[in-house]
Amino acid sequence: MSAPNARRRLNDQTAVGLLLAGPAMLGLFLFILAPFLVALALAFTNLRLGSPLPLEFVGVKQFERIFTDPDFLRALSNNLLFASTVVPLQTALALGLALLLNRGLRGTVVFRTLFFMPVVFPMSLVAVVWVLIYAPGPEGMMNGFLDLVTLGAWEPRDFLRDPMLAMPALMLLSIWQGAGFQMVILLAGLQQIPEELYEAAALDGAGRWSQFRHVTLPQLRNSLVFVVLVTSILAFRLFDQVQIMTRGGPDGATTTVIYEAVQAVFTRQQVARASAMTVVFFLLVLALTWLQRRLARQEREIG
Amino acid sequence: MKASRLGRLGSYLALTGLALLFLAPLAMMLAGSLKPNERVLVEAGTLAAFLPVGASLDNYAAVFERTDFLRFLFNSVFITGTIVAAGLIVNALAAYAFARLQWRGRDLLFNLVLALMILPFEAIAVPLFYGASILGLRDTYIVQILPFIANAFSIYLFYSFFIGLPRELEEAASLDGASTLRIFFAVIVPNSKPAFASVAILSFLTWWGSYLWPLLVTIVPEVRPLPVAIASFYTLPPLQWGDILAFGTLMVMPVLAVFLMFQRWFVRGVASSAIKG
Repeated sequence: MSAPNARRRLNDQTAVGLLLAGPAMLGLFLFILAPFLVALALAFTNLRLGSPLPLEFVGVKQFERIFTDPDFLRALSNNLLFASTVVPLQTALALGLALLLNRGLRGTVVFRTLFFMPVVFPMSLVAVVWVLIYAPGPEGMMNGFLDLVTLGAWEPRDFLRDPMLAMPALMLLSIWQGAGFQMVILLAGLQQIPEELYEAAALDGAGRWSQFRHVTLPQLRNSLVFVVLVTSILAFRLFDQVQIMTRGGPDGATTTVIYEAVQAVFTRQQVARASAMTVVFFLLVLALTWLQRRLARQEREIG
Repeated sequence: MKASRLGRLGSYLALTGLALLFLAPLAMMLAGSLKPNERVLVEAGTLAAFLPVGASLDNYAAVFERTDFLRFLFNSVFITGTIVAAGLIVNALAAYAFARLQWRGRDLLFNLVLALMILPFEAIAVPLFYGASILGLRDTYIVQILPFIANAFSIYLFYSFFIGLPRELEEAASLDGASTLRIFFAVIVPNSKPAFASVAILSFLTWWGSYLWPLLVTIVPEVRPLPVAIASFYTLPPLQWGDILAFGTLMVMPVLAVFLMFQRWFVRGVASSAIKG
């Protein structure tokens, strides 16, 4: 094939390539990249829908404001509390389930299906159903259950209106809904561990616990890192449960960054302030993602 | 791993106990949806919560009387269905161009796709909402569909799959003089069913339960999807728990049926979301 022909072929592929990738790239530009850049820009302005003030560049004023706003700081600390509690608990539960399902027992598929079922439930439906579960008074299901397991020592509580219990209540239903998703990912990771590694470890006289520590955990590391990252990001996206069950209350005990941002833009038309909040949210997600990539890479270098 | 008899028994006990805890909210929802409204809350704290004593379909009838349930169902199916179907085509075509064709700007654009993968929807919700408001697009289907068709993560999943396909498949067709588009539909698509299934299931799970965006951009029930509809039905007086649970059961039944039929595919799809980082 002569050179001009080769070049024409290359050009042809450029046209086809752009044509095939075009629709998706156009969508990503218009609906993801452009809005993101706009959010970055808006965070440095005073934009408010329907405000008579002219649009102005105000520097980092919105950030100064949100970082001195007790509600936003409360939201940020709530997200951190949610992440630092839910991530370890949910991951441990999912790992436990995956290990139980990976023992080659009969009926594994049935159990796997049951544990995964809540994942196909929309979070808003889960939230509404759990409002009933958390109903105050002895007739509430959670109160009844706790009364049963404490043999009658439990005093009925109004979970969603109790500043100490509202957040743990949201955490519990989030774990219930999400554990199945993680379990499936960890189970897939477990199934990829070569059986020979366990046989070799057993020959070396390693017991169950030692096999788990020296074979299972290191082999599962990338899956665990991924699961922890996804759950942490979900913890910072927390919104549906809060909006439906507590509206951020009582007394800000369950407010979150995204809930505050939605309040700002939706009920107070503060577009710039809400943008600043979502920029902070994005930086948190970025930091988490960076951390995950680093941890995963480390493993590749060692392994 | 082989487990001892005692170990097996312990595993079954643990699995059964956990399964009961996982199932309790669902069993309560189903039983409560069949019970007279006033009994649902009263019995929620006892074992009677799981027994549909005095079962009837009255609550289900009430759902259809008090709400436009079928409209919400249609909205959800239409919105999610369009996002998933259009997304499969658009994102798979893009992934194919990235995985197999040589073209100028390819690497730059692909790196952009990888970078956009980490942008969660919430980070762009404010300007999107602002844009939808000034364009007068609130309370439409288009604003609930169009922004979500192109998806960086879907492109990445397709890309990872296409990269692993043997090139011989396409080369034979290419010698026959088939066009790129023809090769894609006649050779690539039939050989990539697992990838299409995974992407379809993952994007379905994402958008079917979507709440924040439709809550922001819709007010009229005519275009509202189920997740927003159940939340607003719950705040609609009088508070009738039986009706709410019937709404919830109706809303989750079709998806649950599809899930139970194709649960292997669901599991595989979710597991595939974890490929590398």
